[in-house]
Amino acid sequence: MASNTGGDSVQHDLECSGVSKRFGSVQAVDDVSLEIPRGSFFSILGPSGCGKTTLMRMIAGFEEPDAGDIRIKGASVLGTLPNRRNVKMVFQHLALFPMMNVFENIAYGLRCAGVAKADIAPKVRAVLERVALPDVAEREIHQLSGGQKQRIAIARCMVLDPDVLLLDEPLGALDLKLREAMKIELKLLQHQFDTTFVYITHDQSEALVMSDNVAVMNDGRFEQVGAPQTLYHEPASAFVAGFVGDTNRWSGTVTKAGRGQVRAETASGLAMVCDARGGATPSAGDAVEIFVRPEFINVETGAGKSGRASATTNRLAGTVDSLLFNGANSRVLVRTEAGGLIEADVVLTGGTGDLRPGDDVRLTWSAKQTMCFAG
Amino acid sequence: MNKDIRRLTLILLFTPFALWIVLLIVIPHIGMFILSMREKVAPRVFEYGFGNYIEFANEPIYWNTLLRTGSMSLLVTAIALIIGFPVAYYIAKIAGNRTKGALFLICLIPLWVSDLIRAFGWILLLRETGVVSSSLQWLGLVDGPIEFLYNDVTVIMGLVYTVILFMIVPLVSTLDGMDNAMIEAGYNLGGNGFTVLRRIIVPYAMPGIVAGCIVVFMLTAGSYLTPILLGGKNSSWFTEQIYNQFITRYNWESGAAFGFLLLAFTSLVVWLGLKLSGQTLSSTVARS
Amino acid sequence: MLINKASAPFLAGYRLFIVAFFIFLAAPLLAAGTFAFNDSLFPALPWRGFTLDWFFNDTEPKLGMFHDRRLLRGLYYSFVIASIVALLSVFVGTCNAFLFVRCSFPWKNFFYIVMVVPLVIPGVILGISILALASNLANSVENSIGWDLGFLRPGILLVVLGQFSFITTITSLVIAARLKKFDQTMEEAAYNLGAGRARVLATITLPYLRPALIGAGIVAFLVSFENFNTTLFLVGSEAPLTITMYDRMVKVGSTPVLNAVSFFLMVGSALLALISVLVQRDPKSG
Repeated sequence: MASNTGGDSVQHDLECSGVSKRFGSVQAVDDVSLEIPRGSFFSILGPSGCGKTTLMRMIAGFEEPDAGDIRIKGASVLGTLPNRRNVKMVFQHLALFPMMNVFENIAYGLRCAGVAKADIAPKVRAVLERVALPDVAEREIHQLSGGQKQRIAIARCMVLDPDVLLLDEPLGALDLKLREAMKIELKLLQHQFDTTFVYITHDQSEALVMSDNVAVMNDGRFEQVGAPQTLYHEPASAFVAGFVGDTNRWSGTVTKAGRGQVRAETASGLAMVCDARGGATPSAGDAVEIFVRPEFINVETGAGKSGRASATTNRLAGTVDSLLFNGANSRVLVRTEAGGLIEADVVLTGGTGDLRPGDDVRLTWSAKQTMCFAG
Repeated sequence: MNKDIRRLTLILLFTPFALWIVLLIVIPHIGMFILSMREKVAPRVFEYGFGNYIEFANEPIYWNTLLRTGSMSLLVTAIALIIGFPVAYYIAKIAGNRTKGALFLICLIPLWVSDLIRAFGWILLLRETGVVSSSLQWLGLVDGPIEFLYNDVTVIMGLVYTVILFMIVPLVSTLDGMDNAMIEAGYNLGGNGFTVLRRIIVPYAMPGIVAGCIVVFMLTAGSYLTPILLGGKNSSWFTEQIYNQFITRYNWESGAAFGFLLLAFTSLVVWLGLKLSGQTLSSTVARS
Repeated sequence: MLINKASAPFLAGYRLFIVAFFIFLAAPLLAAGTFAFNDSLFPALPWRGFTLDWFFNDTEPKLGMFHDRRLLRGLYYSFVIASIVALLSVFVGTCNAFLFVRCSFPWKNFFYIVMVVPLVIPGVILGISILALASNLANSVENSIGWDLGFLRPGILLVVLGQFSFITTITSLVIAARLKKFDQTMEEAAYNLGAGRARVLATITLPYLRPALIGAGIVAFLVSFENFNTTLFLVGSEAPLTITMYDRMVKVGSTPVLNAVSFFLMVGSALLALISVLVQRDPKSG
């Protein structure tokens, strides 16, 4: 691969071009390219087994790609040993060294780099201040809380001033509450250090909340790379639509094709007007996957007939099957006349006007919010 | 990461292993086998054949001793299992957390004390002038001194004592790994104590049981001190025959043949045990 | 806890059985230890009063163990042999642990069984096979070239080799068990932080293995110290303690000085065992 010596590549901290890796008969990573601008928070989101960990291990140098190039600050790192790359990594279970205390853990990389003894202590103290844990230097690892360990693991890398910090699902082991808090904290730390973070996760909410850009990975390939809002509202493929965010999902067949809009009928017999996404407009008779997010479905009480869908709005009648109360994120499950269940967001105030199971309701949602992809 | 480094590491790590196994285990045993096939027909003149083995087969004393050693070893193994299992179960499942560790440690301490000292202790207790005999006389239960040593019961007891720890240790570690909920579920589904033991606990503990039995059997069959010291000169233990051939009679050829027979015999028993219990050597002994 | 269906008498009987078992375990050790302090020429009842003569007295007939030349020499040889065996077997055991836990190579399962086998070969047979091989080798060298390779004759080297041949299996299993529990990402983390291979080994992997290394070393030391069966055939003029004691027991008959040695060994073993338990206990797995 010819390396880009042009000035434009220098502004990227990390670039991969056409990276592939195969283990036996499994194509773990398949022709992946990415460019991460300096100082941004980049997430790679995908189900387990999609190849994201392999990709990260290649960036860190624990695996060599079969094809393609990896450049850090514009210079190829192929053939560079992992201990010579200025890419640091926070491991899934953090891999803090239990036989050393916090100070020694953080000083480890400095000692390896041959930093003068006198300079080590101030550097460690400085980085501990930055992660807001100035007093824990002499503690043993097992005396730290989960969140503290997290921050020490980051500090251990950041003290070396890396070009890129890789984070391999570091929040996976934490309980829910701490995980929510750490999401915000990670984002703040990234701002503060102003270093490129590459964050690997299978949890879409982690990726959406923290990232400037997200790559959705499936089966060794990038399905889509974009800002969280773009992924959510303009998914490029059925996989992205289904993986990012909650959604109602049907398989159906196109009954009438139009310009950018198609009329489709689901397997259970629901007819609706859909917005064709994913670049191509399917023609009549094609199989499609249809997605509608629960927050775009409007629920009104009162009996009604499943109206013919107008050009811009879909209508359905049904009965409330059950309520899923979750504070501001409450949902209702509506059973349609055809028998299927549809999820819709509702506001449950606890007053008398709330929906109850058995109520007849009308569902409406805009055709624009009905995304369909050629199956 | 790097293929050459990997290969080099493999070679460097494999070398000590290979040296150890080949020089200290494989070659000596081949040598012993060759030695056992050799017969001295005249000074410095040797013939090769099965002479030493034929001599063994023709001399009932020899193979009786081997059979006696084998059957007594099996008996010792069975007794060790019967006594050791409840003890291991108590330590692993019934004792409280703190007692558990303490009991296990007490179990281990005799492990670190030489066979010799343990046998010596039994001699002091059981001989004619020993503690048990004197105590019985002092209590007026018997009139004269009693010799408890030099009989088969004492030898078996002494052997059980020597080896039972090797039964208990693997059993405790296996039972320890067993989820208590499994036993509770057994009761919960209507089993009584016996069916739970037979259907759930014993099958689960099988690798530990087999491991313990193998080690105990091998140790018993190969033991030398305990039968000699507690059983006296007439204990007829096969290792004693080997010692006699080697050291007393300086007949290395037949000593080697005897050694090989002991090895073959014990290996056969262990192999049969593994076959019957459906376990493998690596799934049992290596785990303990 | 777990015999919820058992009746109280059954439980009481069970407890009684356990107590009886531990008395059975302790009895001979107590007998061997206690008579070391009996002020009598024979290790037998009646009790004639407490004395430390069997440890420290320097005149016959009550020559204490610390003035008994032959016993002291046996102790010294045992110590030397056990130390060498412990070091060697921990070293090879560590190599084996890495070999079987980290490397993949053809026939691995077979070789693993081969590694375990020395543990189940009767010690007597290990002894005679090594003795026969070494003697044959020495004889043929002497007959063909005329060199007398004294180190191949029964003596310290053969005792060390004989004990090493099966103790290495024990150390390998102990160390491999700990290495299996090692989280390998810890090594990757160290590489990632810039350490080279040697540094990772020295600062991460070996410190993690340290409790197992010490524990295996202590086990090897003790097993070597108390070994009799293998040593019996390989011993030369430098008899270790167990052999010296056995000779004394068979030829001279038992005297309380043997009890004194027993007591000394039991205390020593217990201390070492305690140390190995303490080092192997994790401060708190975090």
